[in-house]
Amino acid sequence: MKPIHMALTLAGGLLLPQTATADDAGHLLAQSCAGCHGQEGAGVGAAPAIAGISAEDFIAMWAEFQADERPATIMNRIARGYTDEEIAALAAYFAAKD
Amino acid sequence: MTPITRRGFAALAGASALTLSAPALLRAQTAGRMVVIGGGFGGASAARFASIHYPEVAVTLVEPQPTFITCPYGNLILGGKRTLADITHSYDGLVARGIEVIHDRAAGIDPDGHSVQLANGTVLDYDKLILSPGISLRWGAIEGYDEAAAEIFPHAWMGGDGSQITLLRQQLEALPEGGVVGLAIPPNPFRCPPGPYERISMIAHHLKQANPTAKILAFDAKDAFSKQGLFEDGWAELYGDMIEWVPASLDGTIVRVDPGNKLFISEFGEEHRVDLGNVIPPQQAASIAQETGLTNESGWVPVAPLTFEATAAADIHVIGDANIGSPMPKSGYIANSTSKTAVAAALADVTGREAWADPVYFNTCYSHIGQDYGISVVGVFRPGEEGIAETPDSGGVSPRGPLAEKAPDRALEARYADAWYDSITKDMFS
Ligand SMILES: Cc1cc2nc3c(=O)[nH]c(=O)nc-3n(C[C@H](O)[C@H](O)[C@H](O)COP(=O)(O)OP(=O)(O)OC[C@H]3O[C@@H](n4cnc5c(N)ncnc54)[C@H](O)[C@@H]3O)c2cc1C
Ligand code: HEC
Repeated sequence: MKPIHMALTLAGGLLLPQTATADDAGHLLAQSCAGCHGQEGAGVGAAPAIAGISAEDFIAMWAEFQADERPATIMNRIARGYTDEEIAALAAYFAAKD
Repeated sequence: MTPITRRGFAALAGASALTLSAPALLRAQTAGRMVVIGGGFGGASAARFASIHYPEVAVTLVEPQPTFITCPYGNLILGGKRTLADITHSYDGLVARGIEVIHDRAAGIDPDGHSVQLANGTVLDYDKLILSPGISLRWGAIEGYDEAAAEIFPHAWMGGDGSQITLLRQQLEALPEGGVVGLAIPPNPFRCPPGPYERISMIAHHLKQANPTAKILAFDAKDAFSKQGLFEDGWAELYGDMIEWVPASLDGTIVRVDPGNKLFISEFGEEHRVDLGNVIPPQQAASIAQETGLTNESGWVPVAPLTFEATAAADIHVIGDANIGSPMPKSGYIANSTSKTAVAAALADVTGREAWADPVYFNTCYSHIGQDYGISVVGVFRPGEEGIAETPDSGGVSPRGPLAEKAPDRALEARYADAWYDSITKDMFS
């Protein structure tokens, strides 16, 4: 039940339900990255900035991390935990940041 | 402003909604009220996330301490690498975001009435409650270990006002030459599975320079622990025979302490005299969760894996160490990561926006073993049919190997650990 929302829409159609988009998926998935890479991928200290990497480069890097073909202390272990759809959503999210 | 309660708002909507415009409602933050109890890893993250992504919701954070002292990096105070000021965080950033921060203790929750009573008597109504109060220590679970004993044998397992970690550091500095440091380590589940072993490492790091003939006796109620191989490699490489870890199977379980005589007493009656005792007692969910009737016989709070709503009460989402999140560890990173799913789930109801259907719960715990020597464990978790499960073929610990070969990676991980600390505390307080 969504009592408040229902009351409002029934009463006057004031708050339109917003549905989750691919954007939302990217922004939610990217929350986990904010524990190391800073806010919206800006980078913090030694942790590299990842905002603004093109989606194509991002997906290529991710595949290299997954296959242990890119130097990594930790991203290889992280990268193997995500599905192709999730990687695409993350790539789109960070490509859109600067 | 008088808070608009769930009931009040529904009535208002029915009566006069036609005269209000949606943007005005959004600006007035009247889509509902979310109260957060506990301004630590789970609670501060939840409040901040909600204020950024759900500006139409009024957020109130209740936390008794004026500033937050993290447990993470507390061990580095023992190692002489950080000061208390370095790990103390202000709530000003959250206030600047429009979050109402009330420095008081939640004295009681009325789940049916949807309200929280503060110690000062104020009553806060909520539509959704996020509860992240952390742990309480089970005083008396180790015979003789009570609050008075903790002034002699500190636990330093909760940030609080910083006095516990400060006391432990002072005792370490005052340790007689060649003295014995004893640790009592609890069974699972407890806050921060690698924490006691990072602590042993940081104590050894200090002693190696200041008191190299001292000894560390670590008594454990378990036979195995987090990142064990990596810790044991590091201890052998850096500290020789300074550290002796005594597992449960070798009578490592401490069942009684006698602080006056500086004694640890084991399950089979062995008495160990220590010059300094750090007792990390068994734990359970914080008292507010117990008193509200949210816990089960384990002392922890059962929750729904997809929403973190308490099994025992609707509209109360319990995150962080207080809940039963197994196989996820009780870590700051998990509290931070799951806080966002819990907020999205809770506020879906209130705002009409969708919750996160396929969330990922993310953990990394870095540990420092010595100078330029960091290691890590990663876990990627998802809610599933049978509760929460770790994603197959992912995560795990830093690779083992001789220091000669691994030194560059250990040094990098120590630096990345520092970046983690700065980054996650930004995600809580900035
Ligand atoms: C030595 C040590 C090292 C650690 N290192 C790491 C690490 O490197 N990485 C990591 O991820 N985790 C680490 N942890 C674990 C981490 O500290 C906890 O998992 C994390 O703090 C849990 O978050 P929480 O929100 O559940 O509780 P907390 O962060 O403890 O926050 C709970 C807050 O609730 C408040 N509170 C309690 N009762 C009430 C009430 N009735 N009313 C209002 N407020 C209340 C408390 O004052 C407190 O501020 C470490 C822990 C220790 C002890
Ligand atoms: C625990 C800390 C941590 C977390 C969490 C983390 N990263 Fe990383 N990331 C690193 C480190 C450290 C590196 C450097 C490579 C290495 O040592 O593994 C890195 C490197 C990267 C790179 C390569 C950057 C470059 O220019 O070479 C990308 C892309 C990246 N991370 C994306 C992400 C995304 C997306 C997430 C969230 C799903 C994430 N990371 C979560 C620590 C982290």
